[in-house]
Amino acid sequence: MTILSAEKIACQRAGRLVFRDVSLRLNAGGAIVVVGRNGAGKSSLLRLLAGLLKPLMGSVRAEPSPDDKRRMFGYVGHHDAVKPTLTALENLVFWAGLADRREARARAELALEAFDISQLADLPGRILSAGQKRRLSLGRLLVAPARIWLLDEPSVALDREGVRRLEGEIGRHQAAGGGVVVATHQDLTIAGAETLDLEHHRPGRRTAGG
Amino acid sequence: MRVLWRLIRRDLTLVFRSGTDAGAALAFFVVTVTLFPFGIGPEPEILGRVAAGLIWVSALLATLLSMERLFQADYEDGTLDQLLLAGVSAEAIAMAKIAAHWLVTGLPLLIVAPVMAALIQLPAGAYGVMIASLALGTPVLSLIGGIGAALILGARRGGALLALLVLPLFVPPLIFAVGAIDAAALGLSPRPSLLFLAGLLAAALPFAPVAAAAAIRQVLD
Repeated sequence: MTILSAEKIACQRAGRLVFRDVSLRLNAGGAIVVVGRNGAGKSSLLRLLAGLLKPLMGSVRAEPSPDDKRRMFGYVGHHDAVKPTLTALENLVFWAGLADRREARARAELALEAFDISQLADLPGRILSAGQKRRLSLGRLLVAPARIWLLDEPSVALDREGVRRLEGEIGRHQAAGGGVVVATHQDLTIAGAETLDLEHHRPGRRTAGG
Repeated sequence: MRVLWRLIRRDLTLVFRSGTDAGAALAFFVVTVTLFPFGIGPEPEILGRVAAGLIWVSALLATLLSMERLFQADYEDGTLDQLLLAGVSAEAIAMAKIAAHWLVTGLPLLIVAPVMAALIQLPAGAYGVMIASLALGTPVLSLIGGIGAALILGARRGGALLALLVLPLFVPPLIFAVGAIDAAALGLSPRPSLLFLAGLLAAALPFAPVAAAAAIRQVLD
């Protein structure tokens, strides 16, 4: 079952065409790994899919599902959205409560546990390291369940153990019928992942197969 | 409504944790008003004549001072993206931020204004009207400022730009507020001016969050 599809989308940033003719289809339980050199438009593609940017051409369609109560998109971008004056736990409790007020605190604690940062629960965001902030940011995916995860270089700043936990959570998400689109330079072990290489969609080049 | 309240509470927590922003606006107001007796001279009659204007211009500048970063932090650290993806409308975000801004700057101004007014010899009969004008007027300042703060998102040197954008729009509330206080001081009815202020508030309340939301969406795209 397709949960997200994009049809021949093109992206323009600051007057420059970044990529064109990108089509993709994400199935429930599926994964797409987006690769490409720096500036190929990986982040832009993810923001386009999330609806935070409008495509220059083409269309993005997220298929709603009546019996899935989860929200559509969970997004982890370059910015961690971690408030420096709130503690790690408070940061997550806010997002948990926004998604569903019931047991927000308990769910936030579980998410801290999942990324092994329970011991940081009472520390303010400003003293967390880059990797710890990244783990906290990934924890948001767990407190606010979404069908489709859009992960922009999620493994940046993570240590090897953190990457393993991330891969584990992605696997669990897939098993629960969720889909994942990951932009990354690093090799992440994701079951059944298809690769989308934006190099084939550079403007001024023949597109793949066309 | 629940989401709105959650956002406002988070903003208030953030402000009280960092402390500086809200305190700075209030301190600015107190210091500015205190400067005028030194500049104009201590004669009660002269001060009393201009007191309404002094209070209001100081309040307006204090509001502006704390406005610049209204959306900036949430924009820079990715919180705006996350809120929008969580299904919170840009209008709700703007309304919540503006409401929180008023609670931490407008409301304290309202409370210290009588003390400052006594310092600059506001005529005795005008205190009630001054409070009423601030109660109606400072929300208008926060609402209009909110539009400006959203428009300057992502701009460098946004502060100066914000002042240029917003100060002209502060003129109508300023005129009617000072008009009301002056009328009361002269023993006339402040009612027409206060009604105009209330009208401005009624217009800005639904319009400003929508305009600010449009500006936010423009920046994110």
